[in-house]
Amino acid sequence: MGSLNFTLLFDPLCLFFLFVICVVSLPAAIYSFSYLKGEYSSAKITLAAILLAVFIFSMLMVVTVSNVLFFLVAWEIMSLVSYFLVVFDTTHERSVKAGMIYIVMTHIGTAFLIAAFMIMYKYAGSFDFLAIKNACQAMPGGAKNIVFLLLLVGFGTKAGLVPLHIWLPYAHPQAPSHISSIMSGVMIKTAVYGIIRFVIFILGVHSGWWGALLLVTAVISSLVGIIYALMERDIKRLLAYSSVENMGIIFMGVGLGMFFINKNLPYLAVFSLAAGLYHLVNHAIFKGLLFLGAGCVYKAAGTRDIEKLGGLIKKMPQTAFLFLIGAMSISALPPFNGFVSEWLTLQGFFLGAHNVVGGTKLFLGICAALLALTGGLAAACFVKAFGVTFLALPRSRYAEEAREVSLAMRIPMFFLAALTLVFGLAASLILRLLVKVAGSASGIDISGMSFSLNNFVLSPQMGKSVYLSTPQLALVLAVLGSAGFIIYRLFAAKRDAAVSKTWDCGYYKLTSRNEYTATAFSKPFRIAFSFFLLPYRKTQKIRESFYHVKSFAYETHTTKVFKKYIYDPVLALVFKSAKSMRRIQPGSIHLYLAYIFITLLLLIIFMPKF
Amino acid sequence: MTILLQLALFIGVSPFLSGLISKIKNNLRMRRGMSVFQPYYNLAKLFSKSEVISENASWIFKLTPFVVISSALTASLLVPVIIFSNPLVNAGDFLALIFILALGRFFLVLAGLDTASSFGGMGSSREMFISSLAEPALYLAVFAISLRFGSTSLVEVSQMHTLSASLIVAASALFLVTLAETSRIPVDNQETHLELTMIHEAMVLEYSGKRLALIELSAYLKQMILFFLIAGIIFPIAPFGAVNFTQSFFWLAWFLARIFIIGLIVSVLEVSVAKMRLFRAADFLGFAFVLGIVAVICAILGV
Repeated sequence: MGSLNFTLLFDPLCLFFLFVICVVSLPAAIYSFSYLKGEYSSAKITLAAILLAVFIFSMLMVVTVSNVLFFLVAWEIMSLVSYFLVVFDTTHERSVKAGMIYIVMTHIGTAFLIAAFMIMYKYAGSFDFLAIKNACQAMPGGAKNIVFLLLLVGFGTKAGLVPLHIWLPYAHPQAPSHISSIMSGVMIKTAVYGIIRFVIFILGVHSGWWGALLLVTAVISSLVGIIYALMERDIKRLLAYSSVENMGIIFMGVGLGMFFINKNLPYLAVFSLAAGLYHLVNHAIFKGLLFLGAGCVYKAAGTRDIEKLGGLIKKMPQTAFLFLIGAMSISALPPFNGFVSEWLTLQGFFLGAHNVVGGTKLFLGICAALLALTGGLAAACFVKAFGVTFLALPRSRYAEEAREVSLAMRIPMFFLAALTLVFGLAASLILRLLVKVAGSASGIDISGMSFSLNNFVLSPQMGKSVYLSTPQLALVLAVLGSAGFIIYRLFAAKRDAAVSKTWDCGYYKLTSRNEYTATAFSKPFRIAFSFFLLPYRKTQKIRESFYHVKSFAYETHTTKVFKKYIYDPVLALVFKSAKSMRRIQPGSIHLYLAYIFITLLLLIIFMPKF
Repeated sequence: MTILLQLALFIGVSPFLSGLISKIKNNLRMRRGMSVFQPYYNLAKLFSKSEVISENASWIFKLTPFVVISSALTASLLVPVIIFSNPLVNAGDFLALIFILALGRFFLVLAGLDTASSFGGMGSSREMFISSLAEPALYLAVFAISLRFGSTSLVEVSQMHTLSASLIVAASALFLVTLAETSRIPVDNQETHLELTMIHEAMVLEYSGKRLALIELSAYLKQMILFFLIAGIIFPIAPFGAVNFTQSFFWLAWFLARIFIIGLIVSVLEVSVAKMRLFRAADFLGFAFVLGIVAVICAILGV
């Protein structure tokens, strides 16, 4: 057994992830104090603070330890502490259920990781990252393939890749909002760290299908994630599903990187990996912001159901503004950060297509088109999330009585909102840093490569050049927008605009009942994707008498295909086999003594063979 | 200077393009129709009127027209019409152009939801539906085009080039997407007066006066940009580099003529097909997606 040295690793990949963890955890921690105040007893708030500290610490350990055993210990602490945070709100039965699903899924994932690490240990004889990395070069291809698949399932469970995403929409919304923002913003990203560290850095990309498999999984994840998000009316669950989508986009970058490493295209490999990492940090920032915003809405209105909200922009203008910034960046609108990373990922596909042959071009093209579809649906989803929650008239008393949250909750959000803009405008500088991270993680020499020009212009110098400059775009947008406003003011006389009622077709009065709802907004999508969502409706006539129907109840639902066709049958099988296993446990002490005796005999016979 | 010239060109010509399409459509239907300059009169009229703003509206509603016009104008600057000494030549490519137009749409859709009118919400929902389903076809077309030109840079695309099958198919996919994006029949109908059948018009139903003028102008601009891109692919033209007056005149004439040709095709198409049911639009865009795949295959085969 190799020596167990507890050393920490600080290579560029670790530093990058340390930055991502800190940049979201800091504002979330500041936010947590005013968020928890008034909701829980002071003892529980202290407990929350301790758990939060341990949680952040465990994530920091996960990305810095240099030894597989310590990695597993840190990974397990992270999972357990986050479990306690998911069930923190013990008054709700839903928390317990969410926690159960989470803890089971995360341990299934860990089991796969342990299996992968055991195979690695068998070849290396050591738990140290570098020793395993050296030993992996001599590992046969078949073993490498198995290790890769085990790691993919293990980390994919944590990352919420479809079809292993099942726990994410339960666990993330149920935790307190600052925890949701850390879980969605950072914790699931440790899986990306795992894939990059263990597959790309240690194992080395062995076959071409690894990248292609990851790419296809990522594309499916992002599409499924965003379609579910679009159907959702619980704002935090919507954000959780959108995390599934964004993890898909991040893994598209990583998968493309692996694909190009295998195709021996180092420039594109580094570029795509860097694009994935760029989206990772961006998603951490804007998803952190959005979850904190959702927390403000929940705190102010007491509900997460957006059908009961509306008109909050007038009650809580600053929260609305901050949430809008988050929604714009996640919808990839210029000049915010989501735009840059989505552009880079798309360019990864476009540039890659010039350097591969035949059907692979079409494969990359279709992946790019599906990424574009995801982007379009994401914009629709966040128009719905923002529009239904914050605009128009309040749909219930909850929304009417909402008030702006305290300054201590808004400041962390302002910090994150400013970062979305900074990461959009300083794209050229940030890409340069990320390329170094990607280069060191994949072992590719980047000294002769250039990815951006001076004057904040992004430009992959590959084949014919293509350019993007977010500061220039932002400047032009701002100048033209203000020019439009100035011209408008020149023509408009004072008190030119009359305030009147919304057009009501001549009826007497419009109320919030006439507004478009979230369910109505997503109806066209529900119909277009009905082959996957399998929507069904429940109708019920409530009668006063046989002749007079007093009211009509109508519900529409979508079928969760993964739960219904994969998880439910598996669960049923587990229960069935558990039931039949009960037969060997009849409660007779003689039989149990016989079991012990037989085991002992078998051990005595077979022990010398090990 | 170049920037101002290009802005002037787009703002000056784009309403005319709309007027022309409407004139041709009316003539094809054996009507006299309105003057081709009617869009200018409309803009002037709207700009001199005062506005009515819904009492439910928030600052989003008031801000939206400026964001929309700024996104349309920025997009019109990215299109390489006059590329010599254009300082914005490095600012963005074909993909950036699509994202910038999406910025305007995002706000327009929010404004539709803002006034608590069910028409606005309906328009918003349908607009997002159509535009998000149009994305894959649009990107596949751009993908095929970029395979041909070696990059997504708009400068490359607008160079003089020879036509090929992949470009023609890609341009047709782009054309179908353009019909959807510019709210033309068979996806939407600009002339309808029934709120329930509107998409784009329903979304902006609450706007009036100067803000409506800005939104209308943005729609004209967006239409001209998209037509220009298609024209640039099917009717290649060298970018403006002429020195003397006659050359500039002929260049400008050909530049405009090819955009008008696209407009002519659109108007003939609009009078000859019926508007589709909303959910048929998904099939329509699915067809555009298939065309996109064909374009990519053609590009791979090198034809």
